[in-house]
Amino acid sequence: MPTRHRAFLILASLGLLAMASIGLALTVGSFKVSYGEVLAALLGSEGGAGDVVLQLRLPRALAGFACGGLLALAGALMQVLLRNPLADPYVLGISGGAGVGAMFAMLLGLPVLGVDGLAFVGAFAAMLLVFGLAHGDGSWTQTRLLLTGVIVAAGCGALVALMLSIADEHKLRGMLFWLMGDLGQSAQWWPAFAALAVALVLAMPFARELNLLSRGLMQAQALGVAVGRLRYAIYLLASLATAASVTTAGSIGFVGLVVPHLVRLATGNDQRLLLPASVLAGGSLLVLADTLARTLIAPQQLPVGVLTALIGVPVFLFLLSRQPK
Amino acid sequence: MTRPLLEAKQLVVEIGGKTVVDRVDLSVASGERIAILGRNGAGKSTLLSTLAALRPPAGGALLLDGEDAALLHAREAALRRAWLGQFQSDPFGSSVLETALTGRHPHLGRWDWESKHDAELARAALQAVGLDGMEARQIHTLSGGERQRLAIATLLTQAAPLYLLDEPLAHLDLNHQMAVLELFASTARDCGAGVIMVLHDPALAHRFCDRALLVYGDGRTEIGTVDRILTADTLSELYGYRLRQIEDRGHRCFIPE
Repeated sequence: MPTRHRAFLILASLGLLAMASIGLALTVGSFKVSYGEVLAALLGSEGGAGDVVLQLRLPRALAGFACGGLLALAGALMQVLLRNPLADPYVLGISGGAGVGAMFAMLLGLPVLGVDGLAFVGAFAAMLLVFGLAHGDGSWTQTRLLLTGVIVAAGCGALVALMLSIADEHKLRGMLFWLMGDLGQSAQWWPAFAALAVALVLAMPFARELNLLSRGLMQAQALGVAVGRLRYAIYLLASLATAASVTTAGSIGFVGLVVPHLVRLATGNDQRLLLPASVLAGGSLLVLADTLARTLIAPQQLPVGVLTALIGVPVFLFLLSRQPK
Repeated sequence: MTRPLLEAKQLVVEIGGKTVVDRVDLSVASGERIAILGRNGAGKSTLLSTLAALRPPAGGALLLDGEDAALLHAREAALRRAWLGQFQSDPFGSSVLETALTGRHPHLGRWDWESKHDAELARAALQAVGLDGMEARQIHTLSGGERQRLAIATLLTQAAPLYLLDEPLAHLDLNHQMAVLELFASTARDCGAGVIMVLHDPALAHRFCDRALLVYGDGRTEIGTVDRILTADTLSELYGYRLRQIEDRGHRCFIPE
């Protein structure tokens, strides 16, 4: 029996986890800062340690949290939209489109803002292309949408491979890091954070209708859901959330697929709890992964996408194995 | 004179450009039970989902409780009729109780959560179909018959005045077939619900329904009281197979020759 009380308790504990992960990200690094100094810096006192925390670590942690939250939210929405547990934010070609845009910008040697801008343009173009093709005859069934997305993603993958193979040696490393997902290059943290807030606020009023949608289109319509309009809205919302994340930090894998499943295994499939819990869990996971990525072999940095998978896979397998059948 | 729960006027149903039901008139009053019979692929399910306002008719008009169904919001329609589909697919896990509670959706506001009262209604519905004690079970552990009864319980939780049932007896053993038909018969008798159901057994249709609608699949339809219309001759033509009629204590039975 789903209740508000239970949802509140779970969300409160995940909120604490999120704060702890950000707190850890602010203290840990090649330059150690104590919790006291972090607190002093956050409260506004000037100093050497304060600069590291406020100028470098805090924006990066916040951007990471926002991207993780956006990906987990988009993944949860895509899984409902396609009624497919294997769906993730990238399955419909959004990251492929963004990848083509970003690689092209890097190939031309554009600055960070140009890369972000073209990545967003690419993501948006992929979204419109998939929607236009899948919607062609007005049916836009789940299978048609999924197939169209997968094909567009494959086409984008080929273009990305083409650009990688003709790129100069010295640009390759940056391009590969972008493709694996990297928070070190994010210019600003607040656009992703604002996108996360807006997406969650827009999705939550429809959470119970999404529960019904996951049980079938006709079923949902018979129970009083305006299915057609809801599916358009969810597609748009999930795509834009993905685009916002990919533009900020590249295509970080795994978070969008696995975090909704983790939360579903732990708390059940009620979207009213699943959506906000996925945001908090996804954000925390990405912040933790990024903290590891920049400390494990410091001063060298690893791409965060590698770490999200390395943390997520064992946790996921553990949860799956303890499920009573 | 009370308003009919459902009124179809000159309703046309098409599947892929082919007219399967041509200008049918149908009115369902409170407490009335109607069977839809026909061959596989004759358009029974498509007709039923059209009557449920889940797909637009190719022609004619449909009124639900006196209001044009085309203008009704999905939620308004859900308060006037409940629809049981043929297929339940569950890609994601859910408990039996949660599934039964989905029937309360049209009764709840946007920010409402299911209350104790809603849970009581769901538990009562589960008890009515013999699923009490299984509230916490995951739905993918249920058998086909249990899953079908859970879908019926969800319908009862929805508590609409009109039930549209597409093969409600699918996957059910004999005992539960009779239980489900008795359940809807008593809902019609005691609560004044209207029931339209797609059935494959003309004997059960004769026993549990007031009228029958025969769908031939080429546009022709025929409607009448079960005593008049469910005879060996009409059914032999409907199914394209010679049937013989046997009467036993007022119940009709049809056996293939």
